[in-house]
Amino acid sequence: MKILLVALVAAAFPWAMHALGQDFYTSFATRVLIYAMAAASLNLVLGYGGMVSFGHAAFFGAGAYIVAILAAEGITSLWIAWPVAVAVAALAALVIGAISLRTRGVYFIMITLAFAQMMYYVFVSLKAYGGDDGLSLPGRSSIGLGVSLSNDFVWYYIVLALLALVLFLLHRLLHARFGRVIEAIRENETRATAIGYPVYRYQLLCFVISGAIAGLAGALIANQTSYAGPTLLHWVQSGTLMIMVILGGVGRFWGGPIGAAVLLVLEEVFSASPLLGPYALHWQLPVGLILLAVVLFAPQGLAGALAKRSQ
Amino acid sequence: MSGILFLEQTLNSLQFGLMLFLLAAGLTLVFGIMDMINLAHGSLYMIGAYLMATLAEATGSFWVALPLALVATALVGAALEASLLRRLYERDHLTQVLATFAVILIANEVVRMIWGNQSLMLNPPAGLTGPVTLPGGMQYASYRLLIIGVGAAVAVCLYLLVTRTRMGMLVRAGASNREMAVAMGVNIRRLFTIVFALGAALCALAGAMLGPILAVQVGMGENILILAFVVIVIGGIGSIRGAFVGALLVGLVDTMGRALLPIAFAKLFSPPVASNLGPSVSSILIYVLMAAVLFLRPQGLFPARG
Repeated sequence: MKILLVALVAAAFPWAMHALGQDFYTSFATRVLIYAMAAASLNLVLGYGGMVSFGHAAFFGAGAYIVAILAAEGITSLWIAWPVAVAVAALAALVIGAISLRTRGVYFIMITLAFAQMMYYVFVSLKAYGGDDGLSLPGRSSIGLGVSLSNDFVWYYIVLALLALVLFLLHRLLHARFGRVIEAIRENETRATAIGYPVYRYQLLCFVISGAIAGLAGALIANQTSYAGPTLLHWVQSGTLMIMVILGGVGRFWGGPIGAAVLLVLEEVFSASPLLGPYALHWQLPVGLILLAVVLFAPQGLAGALAKRSQ
Repeated sequence: MSGILFLEQTLNSLQFGLMLFLLAAGLTLVFGIMDMINLAHGSLYMIGAYLMATLAEATGSFWVALPLALVATALVGAALEASLLRRLYERDHLTQVLATFAVILIANEVVRMIWGNQSLMLNPPAGLTGPVTLPGGMQYASYRLLIIGVGAAVAVCLYLLVTRTRMGMLVRAGASNREMAVAMGVNIRRLFTIVFALGAALCALAGAMLGPILAVQVGMGENILILAFVVIVIGGIGSIRGAFVGALLVGLVDTMGRALLPIAFAKLFSPPVASNLGPSVSSILIYVLMAAVLFLRPQGLFPARG
């Protein structure tokens, strides 16, 4: 019932904004949907798998860069560029995960961070593809079929449909045997091993699926802004995705999307609001304070707080 | 390759490594004793550099400003520990990462509000602005030699502090087994506030010494923070000796990689390939080193525990 309501609001949003003459917010909402997908993918490893990956920007940024690089080489077809972006992100996750998952705890956090930094420097040093300046796309990917993605309306619905598909698949996955097993591993790895589950393989698969989804989100963000830059790969980006997950609720199904929406809306409100006057430049200050408050006083995040209220 | 270039790069890597050690020393103790990931360590480095630049401007003397900046940053560090970080010790690593990430955001904005967006100028102390001629006829910036001297002196002092004093004994006890140290009657909270303030002062020292070479600006702490983490993971969390070896290793690999790899690649590959490959390989070199160390010796080179 609730889901239907959310879907209805999301589907009606561009029309409502158009009617109000606020088309800018359709583009903003598209960005929220893309980050919702990226945060949901991080929540899969972080919340459900219990693997604190501090390098998720690597997959997000890789997806974006692959689309941009393919476009620079003249391949703009969505049907080629996006699957390649997803495949490259998944492959990166396979390699990084295979090595990182041999470590635990703090060392896992640090080694995923190290791999993300490697990815950052590799893409930044590609002088042929923009280097420090990043890479602009000539336009959005072409879908064929007589439809153009450069229309923000069409683009919004494409992103919405993909997010819905990803969330549906994640929901199926988490309620299948796979989801139960990775949660069991999170709760007690030794016990899961003793019962006979191949812990390493489950964790690696979880990591790869998450990386692939992040790669898709990256492909979308490159299309959204027609740009792929080093900031998408920076470790602060990994931190931002983590903030979204914890704001929304770690290991809560709607945690990622809620957190992405809340953080981006906060950013928008604080950075553009006339209320704050000259202090609007310092929007990171209230965001930091809110994050601190959530971490200290509401560790279950907003989705957790909502669930508690409805009980 | 010429001997002069090699010597110059060795001195550069020593200078870089010693400054990394100042940052890593505080970080590794915090990490080792309290099992606490403190991303805000880089912010203390930034705050130290800003305080130093302001105080040097106000007092007109590098040497008067330096101790004032160290003490002020130590106080900021102690206040941060007592007000916020103390609440995080019992929480999981994810919470610590996010809470201290929030501190980075807050610190950056507060610094921006106080000092503005422009980066500050910090001049090296009078008399140390030019190069000196080393034995062998090599020219080297005198200020960089000073950095090496200060870094080495601090490293020796820290070593003596940790291995020869009662407080150092308590620190080592805390790092190797905190519960046991508490059971034996060590006031670990007070010890920890002191260690944290000391770490903050070391941050400020690194910020003050590097200020004249690098820009004093918002965000300066973030990249060097990651390097400090690389250092302590390579060295073994909680170990001062590990931090020292790790810092010198990272300084050496990074500096030498940047200087020598492009030359080597130019000989091996065609120019366009070499010009792309050189910078990319040399900038990921230390992360490859860290991943390799973690893979082969997950506890680091000099584990403090066990």
